[in-house]
Amino acid sequence: MTTRSVAERAGTTRPGPALGRPAAAARGPGPGGRRLSLVAREAIWGYVFISPWIVGFLAFSLFPILAVLYLGFTEYSIFEPPKWVGPRNYIKIFGDDRLFYTTLYNTIYYVLLAVPGQMLLGFGVALLLNQNVRWLVFWRSAFYLPVVVPYIVSSLLFVWLLEPQVGVLKYALNAVGLPSPQWLQSELWAKPAIVLLSLWHMGSYMLIFLAGLQGIPDHLYEAADLDGANSIYKLRHITIPMLTPTILFNLVIGIINSFQVFTFAYVMTKGGPLNSTLFYVYYIYRRAFEFFEMGYAAALATILFVVVLVVTLAIFTWSKHWVYYEGGDAGRTL
Amino acid sequence: MATRSISSATMAGPTRLRVGRALSYLLLALGAFVMLFPLFWMVSTSLKLLPDTRAYPPVWWPTPAHWENYPESLAFQPFGRYFVNSLSIALAVVAGELLSCSFVAYGFARLRFPGRDVLFVLLVSTMMVPFIVRLVPLFLLFQRLGWVNTYYPLIVPSFFGTPFFIFLMRQFFLTIPGDLAEAARIDGAGEIRIWWNIFLPLSGPALAVVAIFAFQQAWNDFLAPLIFINDTDKFTAALGLAHMMGQSGASTEYWNLLMAAATMMVMPMVALFVGAQRYFVRGVALSGIKG
Repeated sequence: MTTRSVAERAGTTRPGPALGRPAAAARGPGPGGRRLSLVAREAIWGYVFISPWIVGFLAFSLFPILAVLYLGFTEYSIFEPPKWVGPRNYIKIFGDDRLFYTTLYNTIYYVLLAVPGQMLLGFGVALLLNQNVRWLVFWRSAFYLPVVVPYIVSSLLFVWLLEPQVGVLKYALNAVGLPSPQWLQSELWAKPAIVLLSLWHMGSYMLIFLAGLQGIPDHLYEAADLDGANSIYKLRHITIPMLTPTILFNLVIGIINSFQVFTFAYVMTKGGPLNSTLFYVYYIYRRAFEFFEMGYAAALATILFVVVLVVTLAIFTWSKHWVYYEGGDAGRTL
Repeated sequence: MATRSISSATMAGPTRLRVGRALSYLLLALGAFVMLFPLFWMVSTSLKLLPDTRAYPPVWWPTPAHWENYPESLAFQPFGRYFVNSLSIALAVVAGELLSCSFVAYGFARLRFPGRDVLFVLLVSTMMVPFIVRLVPLFLLFQRLGWVNTYYPLIVPSFFGTPFFIFLMRQFFLTIPGDLAEAARIDGAGEIRIWWNIFLPLSGPALAVVAIFAFQQAWNDFLAPLIFINDTDKFTAALGLAHMMGQSGASTEYWNLLMAAATMMVMPMVALFVGAQRYFVRGVALSGIKG
């Protein structure tokens, strides 16, 4: 093909009457249409290139989202065709499904502990690593390594570490004079135990924070040094403001991921004891794939979709008040 | 408080600086110990005889180490087969993602067409839809296609591109200078040839990032195989481990064999991480900076 892609140049190098008539491009051959087809051709190629994603989007994203909205209003056991029941599923969920509220509570509990925990730890380690430490590669690897460990393995591993009779964590706690709870067998401690496991996986937050820290220009700190600022002042007035876009990113990703917590509980506790670790996604899984109540599960999934959407939008709106974007007057933060 | 950079070090007194430094290293060492200990414990347990696994106080490292636990664990469950299954799926997924994501990303990064920016925003926003929301209809769709209990549901979607990887490839393509493609076009190269002959050869690092993350995701995945695969001989390594955990009853027995299987499952990922660390770092950093 002998065409060039840059539309303006096509126009400037070959000016002609057809330029003003974009419709000619669609009409195909002919001297005027041929010239404008540079633009049209590029557009056609553009659609060709993104077509795999378009097909995938329609089949694996848009269709399922629309279908889940519809199925939420049906009763559907897989074995018979879906039956329209109106808002009955939702009335049941909000009206008298105790497990809905329990699992929502469990999930929010988890999100509220795991996300800030992962972010604070990740931020703390990133700060430590960002001060020209020796053996940076070793430290960074050590903190990131758990991220490459599959959830199924880390879940098993933590069941073993937290074992209440001979577990190594019990030994460590007792050794320093602390009692060790029953962890996964205790209604009170099972959720914190799973949060603990999530903290072990905090490495990607750390790496993202570290990349953010390394992107802060040195001259900001140098200017502060000239003013005699101390470390805490610099942390509050340079590091954190400059890092707010990274904080926002980690926060959004963290919340979306944490709302989907499933594998940990499925492997470690099967949702027990007494449903204390039955998280929302696990509950959807049960309704859909253990009880085959696809309609009811779809209604639950729709609610999760709305919750995640609202929370994400709320965070983005709220972030306008505290996220500082580079490109403005950088000196202002001082 | 630990000081941050060399420049700020000049402000703090030398003693304070030294204390701060020492404290930093102490914290790092402590943290690294906590992060690495579970993995050490996994390997240590995998080499013990059953009585030693239940010893209290714990046996830190068994002497002699019982390496025979590894073949025994492979015999306990057909883990060899599960690993082959996982590996086949993961390699197919990597191939699919590399092809489709770079292809789609080329369109988004280098070609102009009406609606491009809107479609790209749509692509990015689909990343925020939880998988479980799509899962019930997807299951019904795949069931109708006769794909349940095959690997198609795990592999086929990767050939249509994953938004996150498309996003990464696009960011990378945007940094490739435009005059190369322009010159090729003047020489009569079509867009497909430009993508294949010019952009792909220049994109080694980005392709490596996508390959590694796609492999990790496929290898570690649990929920999708759990839903779509039923037959034990089609299990992935992750399903096999969960199955073994369930089979060994109250999950108190055979911790040594379980940990041996777990170690075998982690090893490829650890090897990949150690060998290709800079790509992990680059990939994670890339994903974050553009937030």
